[in-house]
Amino acid sequence: MKKLILRQKYLIDFTLSSLKRRLAKNLGLLLVYTLIVFLLASVMLFTHSLRREAGIILESSPEIILQRLVAGRHDLMPAEYLDRIGRIRGVTRKAGRLWGYFYDPAVQANYTLMVPRDRDLGQQEVVIGAGIARTRGVDVGDFLTFRSSDGRAFSFRVVDILEADAELVNADLLLVSEGTYRDFFGIPADRFTDIVLQVRNPSEVRKVAEKLTVLLPDARPILREEILRTYDSIFSWRQGIVFVLLGGSILAFVIFAWDKASGLSAEEKREIGILKAIGWETSDVIRMKFWEGSIVSLTAFLLGFILAYLHVFYGQAALFEPVLKGWAVIYPSFNPTPFVDGLQVATLFFFTVFPYTVATIIPIWQASITDPDAVMR
Amino acid sequence: MLLNPAIMALIGVSAVVALLLLLAAGFAIQVMRHWDIGSGSELQLNLERRTYLISTILSYAFVAELVSLLLFVYNAEAMSTQFVGAMCATGVLNVDPWGWPTLFLKIAVFFAGGVWLILNRLDNQGYDYPLVRVKYALLLAIVPLVIAEAVVQAAYFLGLNPDVITSCCGSLFTPESEGVAAEVSSLPPRTAVTALYASAGLALLSGLATLWRRGAALLFAGSGLLAFMVALVAIVSYVALYVYEHPHHHCPFCILKSGHDFVGYYLYIPLFAATVLALGVGALAPWRRIPSLVTAAAVDIRRFTWLSLMGFVLFYAVATYAVVTSNLTMQGVWW
Amino acid sequence: MIELDDVKKAFNQGRPNEFWAIRGVSLRVDANRITVLKGPSGSGKTTLLSMIGCLSRPTSGRILLRSRILSGLPERFLTEIRRKTFGFIFQQFNLVKGLTVLENVMLPAYPLGLDHQPLKEAALKLLGQFNMESKADSKVEWLSGGEAQRTAICRALINDPEILIADEPTANLDTRLSREFMAIIRDLKQQGKTVIVTSHDPVVFEYAGIDTVVEMRDGNLAEA
Repeated sequence: MKKLILRQKYLIDFTLSSLKRRLAKNLGLLLVYTLIVFLLASVMLFTHSLRREAGIILESSPEIILQRLVAGRHDLMPAEYLDRIGRIRGVTRKAGRLWGYFYDPAVQANYTLMVPRDRDLGQQEVVIGAGIARTRGVDVGDFLTFRSSDGRAFSFRVVDILEADAELVNADLLLVSEGTYRDFFGIPADRFTDIVLQVRNPSEVRKVAEKLTVLLPDARPILREEILRTYDSIFSWRQGIVFVLLGGSILAFVIFAWDKASGLSAEEKREIGILKAIGWETSDVIRMKFWEGSIVSLTAFLLGFILAYLHVFYGQAALFEPVLKGWAVIYPSFNPTPFVDGLQVATLFFFTVFPYTVATIIPIWQASITDPDAVMR
Repeated sequence: MLLNPAIMALIGVSAVVALLLLLAAGFAIQVMRHWDIGSGSELQLNLERRTYLISTILSYAFVAELVSLLLFVYNAEAMSTQFVGAMCATGVLNVDPWGWPTLFLKIAVFFAGGVWLILNRLDNQGYDYPLVRVKYALLLAIVPLVIAEAVVQAAYFLGLNPDVITSCCGSLFTPESEGVAAEVSSLPPRTAVTALYASAGLALLSGLATLWRRGAALLFAGSGLLAFMVALVAIVSYVALYVYEHPHHHCPFCILKSGHDFVGYYLYIPLFAATVLALGVGALAPWRRIPSLVTAAAVDIRRFTWLSLMGFVLFYAVATYAVVTSNLTMQGVWW
Repeated sequence: MIELDDVKKAFNQGRPNEFWAIRGVSLRVDANRITVLKGPSGSGKTTLLSMIGCLSRPTSGRILLRSRILSGLPERFLTEIRRKTFGFIFQQFNLVKGLTVLENVMLPAYPLGLDHQPLKEAALKLLGQFNMESKADSKVEWLSGGEAQRTAICRALINDPEILIADEPTANLDTRLSREFMAIIRDLKQQGKTVIVTSHDPVVFEYAGIDTVVEMRDGNLAEA
């Protein structure tokens, strides 16, 4: 056993020195390898953390949202529907919500206006998301003026700015009082945007939704678990698409690795010939080459992964910013909580280390079967 | 069909491994047809050199299969949010009929690959390579298994349909429902625990007997395999309950999660390692009298038996520890 | 010690350019002797030497080392025997560039998995015997021809082989260094080693300490 470990140690020692001796050649490979890992890991960490953030946000949202449909289009919800729902077993809370969108021509951006449930605001008070504060350049105590649906000017005093923690969702949020909201958009007092229901037991959600569709034929229930599931599949699907697109570069990398591994220099061939002549066995050479591959792979993998980690979690995924910026004028600054799991690492391993290893098997073998007496010819 | 990187990786890996094995099988057939150890011809020399390539391919494929087994379970776990009714890997494996067969095939490939490598290791120590035809015949038998795994897995992933409402461990492993999973979990804990420790006794005793007399190796391999299967059943019907501290939670996958201190790894890693080694010992035993292998076989059988026994002991220790330190009291309450 | 029985070796067997380098050689090499294989280039002496040294296998015929048949062994086992029994000195020294003298000397022992410290001490002791101690940490590309030769000899001796094999060892040395080399060979014989050398250099095959000269021509032993 000890012999086995010592033998590997000698082989690793030799491999390290031989990598060092051919630094230029190996550096090129390492660079390309690291780049591939970096790209894939960035995509992976980024979409994964987006999905996680979305999940965290939805965690606190109600189990069921009920919307009214008129001629297949979303319409305002009459307040009396709340009474018509009555008492459904399993529903712990039900409430009407008021929210909507508002286009601000001054900065050409869309805001989301909402009436908060847990916050009492005065007639002229407003709470804004960090994104709005940034684009409009306002702070607590400043005033914002908007034109309402019937052309009147409404002036609001900013009393608070929402925390930047979950900026992905609240960057463009404006919170106003119920009275102001109805006045601003001209919505009658007996109408809501939609109704939300809280269901304590997750296994009852479907049953409740079924009852609602019977009770209110013109309403459509939207389940939180369904939203979550859609998010999940959309995010993994997107990730998949990106990986397919990157498939070309992985293939290029594989060919590059194959070429590097099979195109041994005369110097290297001679070296392997010497090793075989002085008593190294074919499997010793294979093992030595295996360690070489492992060292290169491990270095590239760690380096690429750490760079991607820094890029996504501390560099705000700067490379993906242009893609994301297409979303809206109010671009949320993105600070996801660092998060890594075994699935991602294992998947990444199969997209990078595995192809590299497969590409080098045959070249390694070909190098290792050099005739031991080749150096004598 | 769900397009997700882990699925792409799994399908890709299985396909590549299957291709590599087909390549190895092609070489293996050449070796079997033309092998003549007494000849000094260049053909024989080339064939001997091919054997290095085949061994290398097989070792790499074995490692890839091992990691892909892990990835498969991780992925099933991660996808549980995408299926109605699925709360963990169990539910995802149930989404279509190919889920469980894929897992079982992956485990079978793992065992077959391990046994082949152990046999190959022994043969490489005999100066006349006496098992060359045996091991390449075995390799040819493994190839269909690997191809089947790749195909079944592809069928499973292609058939995944997020609209399917699946049943998860809660409903799958209840005595009221039907099927293998239900039968496994409806096994009364008393029976399960008796079977677990009885098979443990058998495996450990036959292992010790193998250290004493090599002839017991086949018995050891058999009882090792039996102990493996009983252990899986016991995990579902007995050990898991104590880990979850819940009398009706039977899942074999949730114990891998951080919420349960990753106890699943401490159970599965020794169990799988011990079983593959026990099977390997069984595969070595018939050849222990071949003159060129006598010494090597004795050393290898002894070494692998020891390692396997250590694995089994570790597994049973962890399982017992998980039960003993659990806050769940079932004795007298539930049975 | 080593017996060759009707050994033949073909290259490119079964192809139009098939070529028999050795055409049936029977030979005995005794222990603790210096044997020289002499002959013009192309006479097959290097091919024969590589088969004696387990670097390659004969196409037919038998090679016995202490009455153990080597010729049928696969490469894996040949290598094992080779690294314990034979030490090699090559025409171009064949040192690995970029490594130090010490590392080069230790190289053949790497696959054996010995403890590092004793191995290093053994290597340094060998280097000491050949007055190379001061060069232990220099890179081999900075060595003079004589120093490279002595490093190669140390490397051949690191696994303490019984038989030393040298292929045209003096081809890259001037006459003074060639004589020096032969003196070393004689000393090694006195230490109990068996030495087999190929050469067409008169300094080698006319050297006084040689026991046997075998002449080769066209893949056969030349009848004396």
